[in-house]
Amino acid sequence: MEEYKLSVASSPHASSPVGTQNLMRDVLIALIPAMVMAIYVFGPRALVMTLISVVACEIFEWGYCKLLHKPNPINDLSAAITGVLLAFVCPVTLSYGILIIGDFFAIVIVKQLFGGLGTNFLNPALAGRAFMMLCYPVPMTTWVLPGKEHWASVGSAADAVTGATPLSVDFMKGGLLPQIGNADLGYEPATLADMFIGNVGGCIGEVSAIALLIGGIYLIARGVIRIRIPVAYIATVAVLTLIFSRGEGNAFQWMLFEIFGGGLFLGAFFMATDYVTSPNTPKGEVIFGIGAGLLVVFIRYFGGYPEGVCYSILVMNICVWLIDKATMPARFGVTKEMRQAEKAAAKAAKKAGKEGAEA
Amino acid sequence: MKQKFYGGVHPAEHKEATEHKPIQLLANAPAQVVIPMSMHIGAPCKPVVQKGDEVMIGQMIGETAGLGAPIHASVSGKVVAVEPRPGTGGVPTLSVVIENDFKNTLSPDCKPRDNVDSLSAQEIIDIIRDAGCTGMGGAGFPTHVKISSAVGKADTIIINGAECEPYITADHRLMLEQGEKIIGGARFIMKALQLPHATIGIEDNKMDAVNHLKELVGDAKDITVEALHTRYPQGAEKQLIQAITGREVPPGKLPADVGCCVFNAATTAAIYDAVALGLPVYQRAITITGGAVKNPVNLIAPVGTPFSHLIEEAGGFDGTPARVISGGPMMGFAQYDLSVTMGKASNCILCLSKDEMPKTSPNPTCIRCARCVNVCPMHLTPLFMNMYAKARRWSETEELRLMDCMECGSCQYICPARIPLVQQFRTAKFAIRQQAAKK
Repeated sequence: MEEYKLSVASSPHASSPVGTQNLMRDVLIALIPAMVMAIYVFGPRALVMTLISVVACEIFEWGYCKLLHKPNPINDLSAAITGVLLAFVCPVTLSYGILIIGDFFAIVIVKQLFGGLGTNFLNPALAGRAFMMLCYPVPMTTWVLPGKEHWASVGSAADAVTGATPLSVDFMKGGLLPQIGNADLGYEPATLADMFIGNVGGCIGEVSAIALLIGGIYLIARGVIRIRIPVAYIATVAVLTLIFSRGEGNAFQWMLFEIFGGGLFLGAFFMATDYVTSPNTPKGEVIFGIGAGLLVVFIRYFGGYPEGVCYSILVMNICVWLIDKATMPARFGVTKEMRQAEKAAAKAAKKAGKEGAEA
Repeated sequence: MKQKFYGGVHPAEHKEATEHKPIQLLANAPAQVVIPMSMHIGAPCKPVVQKGDEVMIGQMIGETAGLGAPIHASVSGKVVAVEPRPGTGGVPTLSVVIENDFKNTLSPDCKPRDNVDSLSAQEIIDIIRDAGCTGMGGAGFPTHVKISSAVGKADTIIINGAECEPYITADHRLMLEQGEKIIGGARFIMKALQLPHATIGIEDNKMDAVNHLKELVGDAKDITVEALHTRYPQGAEKQLIQAITGREVPPGKLPADVGCCVFNAATTAAIYDAVALGLPVYQRAITITGGAVKNPVNLIAPVGTPFSHLIEEAGGFDGTPARVISGGPMMGFAQYDLSVTMGKASNCILCLSKDEMPKTSPNPTCIRCARCVNVCPMHLTPLFMNMYAKARRWSETEELRLMDCMECGSCQYICPARIPLVQQFRTAKFAIRQQAAKK
């Protein structure tokens, strides 16, 4: 038999067809419905902002790695996701300059300075948004209402009609239903259908609950994200707002307004499930979702902000290491009785040691 | 059908190339066989033949020295060397080299028993020991030791027909073509362990084998054939026990400690051969497959046949092979020298073409997707173990229960970042064992 050059490596000699890039591409695909709705509601400026944000993120990521002689990471598409998500949590009237500053903070400060992909402890897009909220509170909370006039506003956002987001302070504190429409035509209360489809004011990517739900279901069906975090998160918010209803109408309607409004779906499906900044154990994922859900309701009910999704996820991001440590999977083959026996033995040993020291 | 063990993956099966091909005899017998003296867990055997001796098929050529099972000649002919030769494990192994005289003379000791029904439990165990039966699914644990250590402790006998590794079909074909031997072998094990019942576990991608064995068992109540949801690593002993009985084997314990005793399907057939037909283990079914061989086949071949000869039997290479593996793609050993020979536990020679090679990354970066945590059948956290092992922080790695890892490769298979996790864990285990030895 002829001689062949055979490659040798440690097993396994098979690999799943799904790589990092495929996962990231699936997330981008899942964001397409929300993008389409954003363009429909806010006009082409939404698309332009998103594209600028993606390009800026990729350039910052590439530039940082080039400067530090690290391998070029832009093929993994993770910076593109940060770019899209950051644009999605900004109002469409935000100037491009501020958006790019946010991109810089998200990619360079939050992600790369902590080691790049896989090692940042905060979700870059949300940390970028929190940073912009601190530095530019007014432009970050200038909302526009949906309408056809936005199609002319790609270059400048100055002439857009501004109004309140559905989750306004009035809504949260006073239990008034959100308004749509504008000063010239008169306000009218938003219906649940408006909120579900996205015919309301708000950030670019968060308005359409149904588009985000379609994206989320796509991600779960493709196995990109696991179902535990989004379900735990949304269910916690739903249960709490149902029990502690503040609306004038029925509690169920109030609950639906709460979960369709204010970026909860965007956060639950696309941001809380960020691999890097969410727990790695099955139990941990549920705790993370419940914790974030509690924080959303606390912030909305008792906090100064009408919104709560961004900070709830950021706070839970910080707790991830603790959650992971506390929820390590049980050892294979060790039953509950064995663990209890071990605990009891350790206790007894401790007690014996103490008594020995006293004596 | 519901999955009954925790975690696992489902790699592309690739079994279609050989699953409908009957097990064939070799077209040409090998001119020379190299029989390693270490084909089992335990101490290597001591050769009892010398250069120049004439041997017959089935004649004992290696006797046990401590834990182990004897080894028998697989062809008749002349011993031409007793020396270390390259082994599938990567290190030279003391081997007996026999030149085939092509006469196929069977040792006179190998003859069917007519008193099969009157054998006592201990007699069956002794026959199994003398026939050199070892676990034929991979690890090669001596079968008689397994049985004797489980007598009185085990309440469940499991026959492992899972064959969860992709590509391999040797056990599948064996169950279809020699089902009687597996049923018969299972009954001998039941007798040896003095238990009234055995369960044969087969993955549901082999329903033809499930139905065939069910038919053979017929109305008898002593053997149950159970179809299992196809998922790797179902065939791992602890996972199969979990799937069939729901019991988990505690760390550091043996299956017998939870009352189970697991035998591979090929081992069970070999036990039948040994007890009823008086034949020791000198040949076995093996699958030669992969995209780099012309004509994938299932063969029955003498132990000690060189890989190069077996690959010729499968039509030779189709193009240039990228990797040749002894065993399946998930846990097999990559070979660099095709003069190595098959042992009792060799169930497959897999020749991967360039297209079938696993994907690698020049710069693997963990994205903490936790897929590895979700698939680990041993409830481990491979991503954290890798983090600590990479930093050479062995004690922390060990605290994460690295030693529970059975190297099934599920984590590395599923890893989207293509991190060589198993290799990292092997390195870490080696370092930890060395550290412990120093103390």
